[in-house]
Amino acid sequence: MKSLAELAAIKEKMQNKVVMREGSEDIRVVVGMATCGIAAGARPVLNAFVEEVDKEGLSGKVMVTQTGCIGICQYEPVVEVFEAGKEKVTYVKMTAEKAKEVVEKHLKGGNVVAEYTISNS
Amino acid sequence: MKELSLNILDIAMNSVKAEADTVKITLAETDESFEMSISDNGCGMKEDFLKTVTDPFSTTRTTRKVGMGIPFLKLAAEQTGGSFSIKSKHKSEYPDAHGTVTRAVFNKNSIDFTPLGDIVSTLVTLIQGSPDIHWVFVHTCPRGEVSLDTDELKAVLGDVPLDNTEVIIWIKGYLEEAYAEMA
Repeated sequence: MKSLAELAAIKEKMQNKVVMREGSEDIRVVVGMATCGIAAGARPVLNAFVEEVDKEGLSGKVMVTQTGCIGICQYEPVVEVFEAGKEKVTYVKMTAEKAKEVVEKHLKGGNVVAEYTISNS
Repeated sequence: MKELSLNILDIAMNSVKAEADTVKITLAETDESFEMSISDNGCGMKEDFLKTVTDPFSTTRTTRKVGMGIPFLKLAAEQTGGSFSIKSKHKSEYPDAHGTVTRAVFNKNSIDFTPLGDIVSTLVTLIQGSPDIHWVFVHTCPRGEVSLDTDELKAVLGDVPLDNTEVIIWIKGYLEEAYAEMA
């Protein structure tokens, strides 16, 4: 059974990192989590981003956040990627599988997965 | 919505938008019924607005923050022969005790009962999105109980935020284990 002692261990491990990390993320991933997004399947997409970013060791570089409805409900689940100095990338009709691919190719590799972007749908 | 846990996520998002600092999600199950309640201490709603929230067609652009979510939940409960209620006190009239309580009761044996689904993902999503809110979750059923109180986690974590990825993954594992033990 998972115990609070494990949580205390995470705290020990993180304490040094936190000071350095705060606000230093270069990339912001924003998942639409309004009724339209949730009904279309945004929850597994968000969770896939959180888990894959951790798995790929990108936690210090990428911040995963949530937002409300951005007004293109027919394209939900919608994910926006903001990166300093670059144009915003909007991924549409996302799934957990596509999210994994975006983490690997775009967030890690630096190459936009063009086929999932709004301009290609 | 394919799962009740998605309705719960959606309704709890209203609490987030209402700027609640405490949100309590209670699920109480028997062999026949499933009752959920989401209560918050957010800004609340005025009476006029409260009357319209269950009607999707009365929603205007300025009230978009409610939209279809509440009608969806009401329909899901009522189609099982259950019930739905929403009570709210707006901060302008109740400066010391404002907030909203949304409650739905389902008949589990109805063919139209939507299963709860992945409630763990819903909780993880809520905590990840709003780590500063005090989340209280209690799910009681005939087999046992699963609960989580983010203040207890914060007491251990100190400065480390709840939305730290490792913490989020720990919370997910913790809840999954608790449910596995109950099953």
